[in-house]
Amino acid sequence: MLEVRDITKVYNPGTVTEQRLFDHFSLTVEEGQFVSIVGSNGSGKTSLLNIICGSIPIEGGDVLVGGKSIARQKDYQRYASMGRVYQNPAAGTAPNLTMLENLSLADNKGRSFGLSRGVNRRRVDFYRQQLQSLGLGLEDKLDVKMGALSGGQRQAVALLMATMTPLQFLILDEHTAALDPKTAEIIMELTDKVIREKHLTAMMVTHNLRHAVEYGDRILMMSRGHVVLDRAGKEKRATSMDDILTMFNQISMECGN
Amino acid sequence: MADLFVSTLIQGLIYALVSFGVYITYSILDFPDLGVDGTFPLGAAVTALLLIKGVDPWLTLVISLLVGALAGLFTGVVHVRLKVRDLLAGIITMTALFSVNLLIAGGANLPVERAVDTIFTAPSTMAVLGGLTLSGRKLVISLVLAVIVKLVLDLYFKTKSGLLLRAVGDNASLVTSLARDKGSVKILGLMISNALVALGGCLVCHETRSFSATMGTGQLVFGLAAVIIGVSLFRFYGATGLAQALRRCRPLRFLGSPRDTTAVIVGSFLYKACIQIAMSLGLPTNMLKLVTAVLFLLVLVVSGRKGEEIIHA
Repeated sequence: MLEVRDITKVYNPGTVTEQRLFDHFSLTVEEGQFVSIVGSNGSGKTSLLNIICGSIPIEGGDVLVGGKSIARQKDYQRYASMGRVYQNPAAGTAPNLTMLENLSLADNKGRSFGLSRGVNRRRVDFYRQQLQSLGLGLEDKLDVKMGALSGGQRQAVALLMATMTPLQFLILDEHTAALDPKTAEIIMELTDKVIREKHLTAMMVTHNLRHAVEYGDRILMMSRGHVVLDRAGKEKRATSMDDILTMFNQISMECGN
Repeated sequence: MADLFVSTLIQGLIYALVSFGVYITYSILDFPDLGVDGTFPLGAAVTALLLIKGVDPWLTLVISLLVGALAGLFTGVVHVRLKVRDLLAGIITMTALFSVNLLIAGGANLPVERAVDTIFTAPSTMAVLGGLTLSGRKLVISLVLAVIVKLVLDLYFKTKSGLLLRAVGDNASLVTSLARDKGSVKILGLMISNALVALGGCLVCHETRSFSATMGTGQLVFGLAAVIIGVSLFRFYGATGLAQALRRCRPLRFLGSPRDTTAVIVGSFLYKACIQIAMSLGLPTNMLKLVTAVLFLLVLVVSGRKGEEIIHA
């Protein structure tokens, strides 16, 4: 379970461009819930993810994972129980390392990185089987450098790497936004499959309203640091694309977009 | 002529240690570490002092490694913990080390007398290589050291720690995602790099029997040039039919895809050879650094890299 409690975030405090994005903002995500977050630019959705991950500081409030506060932990410490897939397909993998080396690094997360052999040969079959389940024909490319793969292939591997070790929480940061429509669909389906299979708690920020409506069991719409729509379960399933679009246009208009 | 070739080979092998260090910071960490220009004479100063004090010559190698690692630690802490930009962090170390080196050596020059043993003349060396001439011993020892360091680095890059080091220069946010502090990994890389550079300075001191405060000037440029020449050349070779044919033949595979560390040794030798040729054509010694700089510029332009993306290209 993830809880964002009473957070306050002010950009450029004490200057003329001071902007109070969050003012005592709270949000709770239940264990095993897959939340999609939509909202126009500047609505605070990416800031929210960055606050949870510790990439940006906050002026007040607390972030709790499984009931324990992580607000004082540094970003890398928080990733011990968290996975993240970025918008940029290059961000989740090391381009000059082979796919096998990348997967081995991800597989070793949470253990020590000492002087033992980096690639565990006994795990190769497991990696191959995981890659096979992606259905992208990547299982024969273990020795290929990550940088030689396409954006979609890299994102699929990044997703695999982010979820390879046990997680409390998965963050998807507009992870299909940089992909072509067909690849975006494939990655979205893979994401859904991985989340279901591993029973992950996940939070997905997306600009693709259809993805937000079709996937996940809760939808949030944000505007200027507030949640303006929050539907889960049956209510979420009854929500149509049109409802969301109407609402989205409304808030966009208010923001002058 | 043969003498000149052997002495160039010795130079290339000894300076390959410096190039290994530069390879780690520049190619792997993507960190232009100017501290190298201070760490190199630091290794030499420490060695000259210890040799004169009568410390076992072979022990000076270990001590130089440690002292170099300490200099790397300093640059790393300044950059990572005090958040000073990479280039400036190196410059701070370089500048500070200039005084530190003078302090250690007690002056701008410290010659090591003929009577003092170096690793090339020590009794322990003579027991094994006594049958060889002095330059023969220099060649064997520098070759063995360069190959040992190369093999150790090759092995290290394949360990978990080595993979993490390669990942941090490649994509630092991946290291954060792996719940590791990318700053600590960078500091570790800088320590290994500077340890090797100081070891290079140590060997140069053994070889030339002297320390001079200005011997560090241009070492980073030399190291970079060696790395770029070697890596570019090997990349070119890797695309040839010969290399492709070798890769297909299992037992000869390693000849078809040589490692970057081998490229660095070759690059180091070629660069020293270029300088040597320029000198033997009658170029005055005062022009040495100018030649070094012009050659480096040539290498950058010819390799089409201009210095901004050495390995990620």
